[in-house]
Amino acid sequence: MSTILEMRDITKEFPGVKALDRVNLSVKTGEIHALVGENGAGKSTLMKVLSGVYPHGTYDGEIVFDGEVQSFRTIRDSEAVGIAIIHQELALVPLLSVAENIFLGNERAAGGIIDWRQTERRAAELLERVGLNESPKTPVGDLGLGKQQLVEIAKALSKDVRLLILDEPTSSLNEQDSEKLLSLLKEFRRQGVTSILISHKLNEISQVADTITVLRDGSTVSRLDCSGGISEDDIIRDMVGRALDDRFPPREPTFTEEVALEVVNWTVHHPIDADRIVVRDVSFHVRKGEVLGIAGLMGAGRTELAMSLFGRSYGRDISGSAKINGQPVDLSSVRRAINAGLAYATEDRKTYGLVLEDTIRRNISMAKLDAVADGMVLNRARETEVAERYRERLNIKSSSIEQETVNLSGGNQQKVVLSKWLFADPDILILDEPTRGIDVGAKFEIYTVIRDLAKQGKAIVVISSEMPELLGITDRLYVMNEGRFVGEMPTHEASQEKIMARIIKTGERVT
Amino acid sequence: MSETVDRGGEAPAAKQASASWRFLKTHLREYGILFALIAIMAFFQIATGGILLRPVNLTNLILQNSYIIIMAVGMLLVIVAGHIDLSVGSVLGFIGALAAVMIVNWDMHYLLAGILCLAAGALIGAAQGFWVAYFRIPSFIVTLAGMLVFKGLTLWLLAGQSVGPFPREFQLISSGFIGDPFGMEGFNLLSLLIGLGVAAVLTWLAIRNRQAEARTGVPAEPFAFFAAKTALIFFGIVWMSWLMADFRGLPNVFIVMALLIAVYSFITSRTTIGRRIYAIGGNEKAASLSGINSQRLTFLTFANMGMLAALAGLVFAARLNTATPKAGATFELDVIAAVFIGGASMAGGVGTVIGAVIGAFIMGVMNNGMSILGIGIDYQQVIKGLVLLAAVIFDVMNKKKG
Repeated sequence: MSTILEMRDITKEFPGVKALDRVNLSVKTGEIHALVGENGAGKSTLMKVLSGVYPHGTYDGEIVFDGEVQSFRTIRDSEAVGIAIIHQELALVPLLSVAENIFLGNERAAGGIIDWRQTERRAAELLERVGLNESPKTPVGDLGLGKQQLVEIAKALSKDVRLLILDEPTSSLNEQDSEKLLSLLKEFRRQGVTSILISHKLNEISQVADTITVLRDGSTVSRLDCSGGISEDDIIRDMVGRALDDRFPPREPTFTEEVALEVVNWTVHHPIDADRIVVRDVSFHVRKGEVLGIAGLMGAGRTELAMSLFGRSYGRDISGSAKINGQPVDLSSVRRAINAGLAYATEDRKTYGLVLEDTIRRNISMAKLDAVADGMVLNRARETEVAERYRERLNIKSSSIEQETVNLSGGNQQKVVLSKWLFADPDILILDEPTRGIDVGAKFEIYTVIRDLAKQGKAIVVISSEMPELLGITDRLYVMNEGRFVGEMPTHEASQEKIMARIIKTGERVT
Repeated sequence: MSETVDRGGEAPAAKQASASWRFLKTHLREYGILFALIAIMAFFQIATGGILLRPVNLTNLILQNSYIIIMAVGMLLVIVAGHIDLSVGSVLGFIGALAAVMIVNWDMHYLLAGILCLAAGALIGAAQGFWVAYFRIPSFIVTLAGMLVFKGLTLWLLAGQSVGPFPREFQLISSGFIGDPFGMEGFNLLSLLIGLGVAAVLTWLAIRNRQAEARTGVPAEPFAFFAAKTALIFFGIVWMSWLMADFRGLPNVFIVMALLIAVYSFITSRTTIGRRIYAIGGNEKAASLSGINSQRLTFLTFANMGMLAALAGLVFAARLNTATPKAGATFELDVIAAVFIGGASMAGGVGTVIGAVIGAFIMGVMNNGMSILGIGIDYQQVIKGLVLLAAVIFDVMNKKKG
């Protein structure tokens, strides 16, 4: 097999930090090449070098694509030779149609006049190739995330792509859509399109990858050939530089019989479409010292349940009652919910969790600013001390507490969000997808924090789409589907199959 | 990552120099604006043959720009919160007219009229803030409507005529100077002492702050910069107050302005309410989910803006000694320009009171200097426009590099 891409001794420095240190990457024609590494290992930087986001001259080393040394100055240059990147955050215009999005910037036109017939015909062909059964006229905003991703891929294909780079393509997809995407990659392999897959999901990687390159701290650690089969543990060992015997901290049940939060008959309507019921008649409780999991597919209503509880941040016509420590509580505003002892760490840290342009220090103190102030006047020394304490306790990798959170890796951003809520000192902490898009090492650290909190007697509710995670850290589980709670089980009796069975069975009943 | 930072065996001196350089690069914006003001002042001082900093002109410069600066302080908060207020020029004109009608036509006591005017301003700001905060109507549109409404109401209130003159006591707001108990001939010693006192307090605060930073281990600016900046501010203030003492002393409105700047600087940088305004401007969703009442704060910033626009309206009317239907037209543009030149971001969450004040002075010095040089109003507008553009381009480029 020939080599399509060769990146040699790539070194990229930012002021004060060497992000890449003589990294080598060699990709064979027609393979699926996985690029793995912890957050901050340099995967995204490497791909930005490759695609011309960081222009030639701002880095050292050379890129050989198709046997020729390349010096990309812009993304257009790299696209011209057939390299396409699909980023984690999709770059689609929601109000434009599928066809318009596919040919955006590359319109099927003659003399500036768009040929709509050709546009739609070509779009339909591309949609068929990616296996998306939708009309080219559908506005992209009406499609789910999984389908939007396919539109993105169709867009890349429209430019005669030869090397497709996917940055965490499945991080926000449910299992079904992920499965579909992976089989599409395999289909591309048959057609001779080379792919680079960046992912944290090791089970997916071991399923589809032909070769794996592992990065750690800006250097290439190893290049693994998967033809003879590869175990996830081998990958993890190379990623973190040590063998990770256990992906979850030991679980000693620490829960008591005292109920911390009890919710009865909670019902939430959609904020715009008031007739639609998003959460229907949900009742549950969580005990002190317990880690409770809520399992379910995307769109089951788990985030909506949590946000409607937390100061009615979602939905309308909310009914039902909530008791904390046996007392009825008023959760009608976020401030009141916090004061009642509730906290909610969002699934979408960039949009709802952090003020990205602000420093670590300012983000950590945000939810409990009064505690670092004398009256109205901020006490800078106390605030600094608090931020330093959490930076150390949660091992937030950063140059200092004065670093802007926008420059942190996903795992460290998540730790800042967690720090904010730990500092607010709630009795009940709801964590929505606490490890989404973060690496194995950081995940373990976050699990450890969760167990520690339980040990201190806090009640923790974990919402997660990763079932192994729920099975690994919780004490008890609820299963949610289509706005209802459809099952409850102690975690030691649960399995992925059992959970899925609950979901599928109730799905049949409803339809 | 921290290991990589200190890699390499540079000589200590070279290391220090590169640290200074790095610091300068990351803080270019903060120093840049101050240097720009000094450079512009130096340029006009030379170009006008020393007229710019003559005591009488310096005093004039402050009087001419006082109302812009007063409004810039309020506008900074509005812009940091992620909004804009286009109505301030019209509100200024309207309050001037209201004051004239109450004081001149109805013979109301000027103090009572002043208080009523401030309340009216706050009410106007609150009314606009209400729609922005609680109904999420874009502030651009709400205040554009406000601009038209209050322009019209000014005309109506004055019936198209100018109303004046004001009683002498009222005029003193903007044409009065602080008295001098020392009674020196041709020199206002109290003004100089106030200047010395303020400079000393600022220096003391700066040193204390630096010591606190050193204690908590926050990376401080290199000592040479700190010393140079502090010395520059100290001597700058002393020199200015010397110059003004040599004329008629510090104008009353200067004292008002200085107090406003001090109070609002403190609020924005040191209080919980200030911090929360930056947070909602930075990411309103995250702030709301952290228990910050973004609606109330937005509402308050607009009410505050209205009150400061009213104060500016009183100062402006007192200075002209008459209320005219045209008062305040396009002032909002100068105010907004000052805030953006001062480093605030259109997207919200970024900006400082001092920056906005320096921005206002940059505009003011250019107006004044160009007028002395006899440059026509046509060219003046063009040059001011280009300076605004250049300042923001500089900002954006600087951010990209970082």
